[in-house]
Order: sequence, then structure tokens, then C-alpha cells
Amino acid sequence: MTDVVVTGLGATTPLGGDVPSTWRALLDGVSGVGALTQEWAAELPVRIAAQLAVDPGEKIPRVRQRRLDRSEQIALIAATEAFADAGMADAALDPERLGVCFGSGIGGAITLLEQDDILEEKGPRRVSPHTVPMLMPNGPAAWVGLELGAKAGVHAPTSACATSSEALAWGLDMIKSGRADVVVAGGAEAVVHPLPIAGFASMKAMSTRNDDPTRASRPWDRNRDGFVLGEGAGAVVLERADHAAARGARVYARLAGAGMTSDAFDIVQPDPDGGIRAMRMAMRLADVAATDIGHVNAHATSTPVGDMGEVRGISEAVGTHPVLTSTKSMTGHLLGAAGAVESIAVIMALYEGVIPPTINLDEPDDALNLDVAAHTARKAELTAAMNNSFGFGGHNVSLVFTKS
Amino acid sequence: MSTVKNTREEIVEGLSEILEEVAGVDPKEATEDKSFTEELDVDSLSMVEVVVAAEERFGVKIPDDDVQSLKTVGDAVSYIEKAQG
Repeated sequence: MTDVVVTGLGATTPLGGDVPSTWRALLDGVSGVGALTQEWAAELPVRIAAQLAVDPGEKIPRVRQRRLDRSEQIALIAATEAFADAGMADAALDPERLGVCFGSGIGGAITLLEQDDILEEKGPRRVSPHTVPMLMPNGPAAWVGLELGAKAGVHAPTSACATSSEALAWGLDMIKSGRADVVVAGGAEAVVHPLPIAGFASMKAMSTRNDDPTRASRPWDRNRDGFVLGEGAGAVVLERADHAAARGARVYARLAGAGMTSDAFDIVQPDPDGGIRAMRMAMRLADVAATDIGHVNAHATSTPVGDMGEVRGISEAVGTHPVLTSTKSMTGHLLGAAGAVESIAVIMALYEGVIPPTINLDEPDDALNLDVAAHTARKAELTAAMNNSFGFGGHNVSLVFTKS
Repeated sequence: MSTVKNTREEIVEGLSEILEEVAGVDPKEATEDKSFTEELDVDSLSMVEVVVAAEERFGVKIPDDDVQSLKTVGDAVSYIEKAQG
């Protein structure tokens, strides 16, 4: 049986430009949500979002930025941090044993929309020759592969808000199936732009608490009214355990198992059974008993229906004993990057023995029957923990990590 | 088509600004003898951007078939000079 461990972490989020600053802010219960002050936001029903804490331009030089969609820029920032954190610079890695699984929920939408404006205003000849590689949904994965010199395969799973958890699941499979020793897995999303916001707002999926941004994302709270859009990227280095041991790498945690199911029910409404089956599959493949799962980082996006449906699913599949949290209460919903960033939160919770809080849970929903780490971080000696991600399209991914 | 007529020096200066903007070329490097691809490291996609920006700036048309003959900055300067009439 091939064991797979996590040896590197990288992120840029609404809470910080790297993992240490993001983790610190998560433990401190900081909200990354703010008002959208851009002129284009004035007419929108939703005028709040969780924007990046650090502009990607601080790490990506100006000329390079012209050739990279914002999602690709932050994918590179997160992936290079994770790779360096894993000590790969000195690892003498065989490029043909290095893979990438890196997704985006929506892809280069900002590039598409900006170039469409140029097409309309100035004509086809003015459209940038970099447009296609900037908007293609495999762009973030491809750039990460180029940057790190990965030749074992570069893959770009796409499953809306489950995307980057799915990327970790496929990365795990790449190593278990013997196709790679090391996989950089994660996701990036950067679509803070009027069109995606208007689209989500038209679905009535977003919070309109425009006058109180830091309190808008409030999973499981009685007064929750929808999710808050965020932008960010997260990356983890997955590595065959014996490969990591041979080079004396620091191990954060073990990715013990991944469950993936599909609902075949509705394009946007979840079927709770799909999540339940994913959680059960993850525990079975991880060979971890439900009673050992001490903590679940829930998908919990702060929508009226979704939050409680997941709680019922966790109660049924895992039990009522795990301590829940929703990091989306602080980061907003990072869509295709959510699964990777939340996996990092789970990995750090296992590694440091502390669960980040769920902020804004002032008046818990009457049906909330599980213990949530509300308001403040919770110390907990964990042996196993779960991360759930569900996406439009009926994609369910559940990952089980164990203490290494 | 152009009503503007630039001096050779002005065209070199304009091109060097475009090259810096589009491809990060140091303006001191962008002299007439330099080859776009080999010496200034301008890749094919960036060359498309350079041509479009040059057309806009100097009020000329540079058809795709002619772009291939523009090996050096000097080639481009001569082409633009001629196209401006």
C-alpha cells in the first residue's frame, strides 16, 4: 500500500499573501471580506467580496503579468511557495516523476471579459495574442507545470467549488497508481468582476449584506443570507511517504483517502446523499473509522439551504462527535481554490493541534446539532480530520487527512 | 494613410518604449542592430503585440506577410519610415 503525505504548503488568500500569514489570520478569526469600491460595483446588488490581501504584482513582474490571467498569477505564487516549503529546491527530483493537478472553477474569466471589451471597442486585431493561454481552464495547471518542470503529467480537474479538493484526490491517485512520486495539487480562482458577481447574484446565492461586509459570511447562523465571493489560490505538495522519508522531508500530515461521488440529481441543487456517500468513501479508502474523525472542515458556504443539509449529512456519515468549522466565514468562498485552501487549514489543524474558528456564528441555526468552533480557535489533539467540498454540477469530494 | 512623419530617431525611441512595455526589453538594449528574437528575446506572441502597438503609434499598417522580414529593430524602423511616406 502506497502512503501519501503532505510535505509542502502554499497559498495567497484574502487573509494573507502566504500560508503563515493566512494561518495566523484564520486562528485570529479575521474576516477577509470588504466593500467593493470599484466604480463597476456601484450598480450591482452585491457590493462586497473577499479580495486578495496581497496584490500578485508584488511577486509577479509587470511584463509577466501581461501574459498571465490573475488566476494563473496566483496559481504560480501558491505553487512556488509550496514547492519551496517542501524543500524541493535541494531534492534532486526527477522531472518525469513530478506531476501537477491544479484546477480552476471558472478559469480566465477576467481575461475573456477584458479582451471582449477590446474586441468590441477596437476590433479583432487589437485582441491580445496571449488571450487563449490566459483564459483556458488548464492555464493555471500548465503554468505551474512549466514553472516547476513537471513532466509526469499536468492535469486540470474542473468541478466548480469542488475543483481543488478533486485536484488533491487525483494527485493522490497519481502517486498511488505509480505515475508520480511528487504531485503539486491545488487550485486558483480570481473572478472578482461584475459579470460572475451578477450571475451568482441572479441565482440569489450571494449575501447582500453590503453595509456590513465582515459579518456577511456567517455559516450556520440563523441570519445567513448567501455566500461571499472570494479570490485566492492554494497548493499542497503530495509525496510518496517513502520518497519523503528518504530525503528527510518535514511531513505535515498524511492524505489518507479521498471520496468522490456525483449526484445525478440537479445541476445546482445538492442531493445530500451524494455528500454522505463521498464522506463514507473517503473514510473507507483511508481505512479510518468514523469515530476517529475529530474535526470536519465543512463546505458550509453560508447559504440558507446548503449549510444545514451538509450538517445532516455529516451527522449521518460521520456522527455528531466531530468539531466543525467553516473557514469560508473568514475567506469568503474561493470557489475552485476553496478545497485546497481549506485542506491547508485541516492539515495545519492536525499539525498544530488547533482548529480555526467559524466567525459570525452569533445565533446558531436551531437545527445545528454539532459542535462548531465558534468565534475562537479551539485546541484539539486530532488523529484524523476531514475536508468536504461540493460543487455545482453535483460533484462531491471528501478528503481524510491523518496525523503523521 | 499616415499624416504623421517621424524621424528615424523618434521611431527607434517609440519602438524601444513598446518593447519595454510588451516584452520588458531594457530601452538601452533596443538599438537598430539588434535582432528581435535572438538578441532581444521577443517571442512570437510578443512580436504580434509589438507590431500592433507600432501600427497604432506610428499610424501605419504592417501586414502579417511583411512582419517576417523584420528581423532587427533597424528593419522595423526602415519599414515604418517608408510606410509613413
